[in-house]
Amino acid sequence: MSLSKIWVHAEMGEGKPASISLELISKARDLADTVEAFCAADHADALAAEVGKYGVSKLYAVDTKGSLQGVPLASAVADQIESGNAPDLIMFGSTYDGRDVLARLSVKLDRPTLTNSNAIEVEGDEVRVTTSIFGGATNVTTAFRCDPPHLAGFRPKSFAAEEGGAATAEVMAIEASEAGKATVLERHVEEHEGPVLDEANVVVSGGRGLGDAEKYAMVEDLAKLLKGAPGASRAIVDAGWVPYSHQVGQTGKVVKPDVYVAVGISGATQHMVGMKGSKNIIAVNKDRDAPIFSIADLGIVGDVHKVLPKLIEELKSRS
Amino acid sequence: MNVAVCVKQIPDPANPGQLDPQTNLLKREGKLILDDSDAYGVEMALQLVTASGGGEVTLVSMAPNQEVSGLRTGLAMGAAKAILVSDPALAGSDALSTAKVLAAAIKKAEVDLVVAGTESTDGYTGTVPEQIAALLDLASITFAKKIEVESGKVKVERQTETGYDEVEASLPAVVSVTAGVVEPRYPSFKGIMAAKSKPVDQLGVADLGLSAESVGGEATRQEIVSVTPAAERQAGEIVEDDGDGHLKIISFLESQKVL
Repeated sequence: MSLSKIWVHAEMGEGKPASISLELISKARDLADTVEAFCAADHADALAAEVGKYGVSKLYAVDTKGSLQGVPLASAVADQIESGNAPDLIMFGSTYDGRDVLARLSVKLDRPTLTNSNAIEVEGDEVRVTTSIFGGATNVTTAFRCDPPHLAGFRPKSFAAEEGGAATAEVMAIEASEAGKATVLERHVEEHEGPVLDEANVVVSGGRGLGDAEKYAMVEDLAKLLKGAPGASRAIVDAGWVPYSHQVGQTGKVVKPDVYVAVGISGATQHMVGMKGSKNIIAVNKDRDAPIFSIADLGIVGDVHKVLPKLIEELKSRS
Repeated sequence: MNVAVCVKQIPDPANPGQLDPQTNLLKREGKLILDDSDAYGVEMALQLVTASGGGEVTLVSMAPNQEVSGLRTGLAMGAAKAILVSDPALAGSDALSTAKVLAAAIKKAEVDLVVAGTESTDGYTGTVPEQIAALLDLASITFAKKIEVESGKVKVERQTETGYDEVEASLPAVVSVTAGVVEPRYPSFKGIMAAKSKPVDQLGVADLGLSAESVGGEATRQEIVSVTPAAERQAGEIVEDDGDGHLKIISFLESQKVL
């Protein structure tokens, strides 16, 4: 069970390589003899040493000339493939830029994509990926039935990131034959305290049961006291209480923290698929029949407006 | 300014989904509704057209049957007309097939801007808008939280992992919008009545100049090899809050060494 070569779309997180990229590289090492990666050129220096440690031998760098990654990265990668330098499989994270590059490349190469997967297996030259559907209740495994390279997108936290290489990856510039059409004028980094949502050991998420947008502050307070990250159900993202970047669920982020605290979340299948893999789940909800309680390790049937203030007070008095 | 909005009609997500045991495809019989995710796209498009001082919104959709009930919702909100590509050959389409069909339909609409949701509620690949742009050789800006159009350019605040980017592109372009960024209007009674007589142009794959082999289930080049139930998670201790619920949470957190 071994492929000859896998490429991984490598991305930067907050000042360091994105953990999803290191997870994909680690998995790729199990599946192929050679693991290489490609990235936007302005990230190459920051990525080379770290991805090398995880087993990437060569890092292709594409100058985006200030545009979004989709067009330039897809054209540079497609050109490599057409000139004969082709991997068997290209792995992407289900991220904002990852999906852009994956989608552009699928059109360039006229190949299907399988996305949102959380497992992969290789048998001979058959590549199969697995996706959870129906709120994580059902696993669907799909095999590619076309010529390689296959294009697959994966959810964060699907694989463990484990070091397994020695040297810094060799950076090789490759040209984008097609210029990007969307120019990035300015990047805004929103300051936040504590860990990012999909890397946090503790996640506290709020839902409709909070009552109104202002009450989300309780979720943020609790997350901060537990050194965790705040998240949200789709319902309150749709309602405009918090931005999409906070959303945990099928559409949104998949998190697997040590402890997940669901506050005022009933547990729609849409939400469950995004947090079911958490090590421990605590739920607070006033409805005894809320589906969230069927997967909670500790369920408190009660009013979030009573339980949370007391919990926050108690934690404050201890810190 | 004329805007096309890609919309999807989906089975009501409040009901549990089912796979057809023969084909392993999602069952799509019965009434379909407008995907909530797309209501933001429709609203955004209506607002942009109003701001530009004129023009109209065209809905573009694909469905294996002739279903239009979800489209009527978008028309009732204020879209002027709809193009529905409906063909039995489209059953089992994957994201790339869907994008090929929608791109061909959008070409017919001759618009300045294409708006889409970021991902559908039932399929959620999140790749279709960018694939449409690639097929039409247009700029695309995905995951928009704010869109402005001025002098032939679209300026977008695009969600990123760490904040947002200000991104600009020349029209025509494709923009996907995240949920929650505008408040979709409720169709008025007048809107609902008017929607009944708004034109829905129903096309087949052949009308778009696409070959039956290039799209639909035949073209996916992938095969579902197994469908298995996932391991179930057991419920733990569920207790009523008698004023000490917070203390139970504290001791649980202590037992997990979080505190």
